[in-house]
Amino acid sequence: MSTIGLQRGGTAGKGRRRGIAAVGTNVLALGAVSLVTDISSEMVTAVLPLYFVLTLQMSPAVYGVVDGLYTGATALLRLVGGYVADRARRRKAVAGIGYGVSAAAKLGLLAAGGSVPAIGAVIVADRAGKGLRTAPRDALITLSAPDAGLGRAFGLHRAMDSVGAFAGPLVALGVLALVGAQSPGAFDAVFVTSFCVAAAAVVILVLFVRDRREARPPAHCVSPAAAFALLRDARVRALLAAACLLGLATIGDGFVYLLLMRREEFGTGWFPLLAVGANLSYLLLAAPFGTLADRFGRLPVVLGGYGGLLAVYLLLFCPLSGAAITILTLALYGGFYAATDGVLMALAAPVLPKALRTTGIALIQTGQALAYFASSVGFGLAWHSWGPAAATRMAAGAVLLAVALTAVLLVRPTASGEGARA
Amino acid sequence: MTRPMTPPATRRNRLVAAALCFAALAAVAVVSIATAAGQGREASRAGERGAVSLAPGPRIVARSTARETKNHLIAVSADDPRGRKSMAPLTCARLYASGGTGLCLRLDGDLTTYQLVVLGADLRPRRDIPLVGVPNRARVSPSGRMVTWTVFVTGDSYNGGRFSTRVGMLDTVTQQLVPTLEDWSVTVGGKPYKAADLNFWGVTFTADDRRFYATMSTAGHRYLVEGDIASRSVRTLRENVECPSLSPDGRRLAFKSAVDGDPGHGWRLSVLDLATLRETGLAEHRSVDDQAAWIDSGTVAYGIRRGHGNADVWRVPADGSGHPRVLIPDAESPAALG
Repeated sequence: MSTIGLQRGGTAGKGRRRGIAAVGTNVLALGAVSLVTDISSEMVTAVLPLYFVLTLQMSPAVYGVVDGLYTGATALLRLVGGYVADRARRRKAVAGIGYGVSAAAKLGLLAAGGSVPAIGAVIVADRAGKGLRTAPRDALITLSAPDAGLGRAFGLHRAMDSVGAFAGPLVALGVLALVGAQSPGAFDAVFVTSFCVAAAAVVILVLFVRDRREARPPAHCVSPAAAFALLRDARVRALLAAACLLGLATIGDGFVYLLLMRREEFGTGWFPLLAVGANLSYLLLAAPFGTLADRFGRLPVVLGGYGGLLAVYLLLFCPLSGAAITILTLALYGGFYAATDGVLMALAAPVLPKALRTTGIALIQTGQALAYFASSVGFGLAWHSWGPAAATRMAAGAVLLAVALTAVLLVRPTASGEGARA
Repeated sequence: MTRPMTPPATRRNRLVAAALCFAALAAVAVVSIATAAGQGREASRAGERGAVSLAPGPRIVARSTARETKNHLIAVSADDPRGRKSMAPLTCARLYASGGTGLCLRLDGDLTTYQLVVLGADLRPRRDIPLVGVPNRARVSPSGRMVTWTVFVTGDSYNGGRFSTRVGMLDTVTQQLVPTLEDWSVTVGGKPYKAADLNFWGVTFTADDRRFYATMSTAGHRYLVEGDIASRSVRTLRENVECPSLSPDGRRLAFKSAVDGDPGHGWRLSVLDLATLRETGLAEHRSVDDQAAWIDSGTVAYGIRRGHGNADVWRVPADGSGHPRVLIPDAESPAALG
């Protein structure tokens, strides 16, 4: 990796510096790990429905059961992983285990053969790996960049991450094209290749990512009691509440794309392209929005992102239609992710003590994920009871409320010293 | 936060280690791709022999799952199904044939999309239609005029991989295409019904080419529906009946019945008498996730998966008696040409 050559660019105290060096080589290395890992996981995600249904002749109902297995299980693991990473001060090791488990899961798909329970176990392992690695990775990012440059660091990381997600399906297609559709081993080749790519990411992590092991904190700083004490800090509580509120305002990509598709009445063939369009917008905007957040304040950017989401919900049922509106909606939706996903972590990091940063990040991410899960279930029910138009307007109302409450929650504590403005 | 600069020697060592690891991983990937490509070439060579016709006659066609003939259309004699197999060069993911018309759902060149191909009795393609989604069920009406298919339409990782299903139909005489049933008028329990979450799958046609039976799901219920093609309408008949298959006499439906009403518990292959509405569980006690095919007026055939991508076609009496038996080893997607 050429990033090593950039090592001499120190990271502390130079937040205003532009360019890659200002972000820090460790963030770049973590970005490279995420990029390569996402290529691997999206390769499999792209072909898994085909594999289940075609090769294994699994029905959607069974797939749904398999799919439903992980939501709750990984949330708890994420918290435990975050705490262990803080306690042992080994964030890189915990993240590495997460990446390793997910890589091994690709081979597990081969070994599972046609057994549904085995496949379920493999998928749970894969998601568990993802749950385990996210918080320590984000904590490493926060510890590798100066506080003033966190927005930019997360922006760059998320942009690299989505490049991988973008490339993954294309790589899978390439492998399948090389192998030939009719080969009985076509899926096996995709899984093995995906494993090799994931293993390459682990190699990058092991060799080029540096753990941040600040001086050992007094033992009582990282204890279960201290972890719970996080919740006694009003600013942490406010952040957690804001993350949950914002999670509640998100109804789920599937619904957004489905509504867009229904409104425009275009063929189902375009369905995957909607995700590609939103992803492209995310990819392009993540880094600029991160930089904006550092310069003009992270809270305004997060709130602006949710303003974009509000616009998306309103556009879904506005009287106008056509390609331009669809593209605008997708651009706004990608922009919403770009302005919120990484920036929220950048907003949270300075509030969390370094010794418990992974635990804190895991807490906030878990809160947001569970709230999001609840809201997508709720939206499904609302859609069913009152129809899509009313449900979407309610979602728009929820966003408005969430944005207002978030502003109140987060402006107040930051006014007393910490400063949202970096 | 500041750290000493990496000494050049360590840096070089790391780069060498990374290069070695990447080279080894790339080699593994290349070998696996080359091996799979080799198997693909073998499979297509294996297809170049034997003639198969879809003209009506005492034969059963199916899709092979045997390693060397994977995905190829094979035909066996109805009297001696475990005897000699003939094989066509054609490959399909799912197939069905009746009344001299075949329907083959297969990957379309670039591997992300599928196409359905309507085949003449000589296996020549008569029309192909690009499909969106993963094909799952294929049926042809007894006369060979109407063809239908079910695809799983999936978003991507963003919607949690959830599926919805969609049914399409084609009248091979008028060439009129029905891309979906979701905009047809729906009657549930005698009342007009509208919902966003309608999913249809598993169509079976009546002998007159005017009506069909299918499964419709909405609001967590899975209904058997009867459809009328001319009036573009469907009405519900009964719950927990999936993937119906109409008997040659038009009086019975073979279907899969979710055990305890929960598809997560598997499916029991059953037969519904349309006049008395009596359900009979068949002697197959394994879970059957397939749309059964009638091979004569008293027997249904279906695929049972075995291991990694293999399956066998089994048969069982349609009246609940007897035992399941293997009809065609290493195959699935059976269709009796009658």
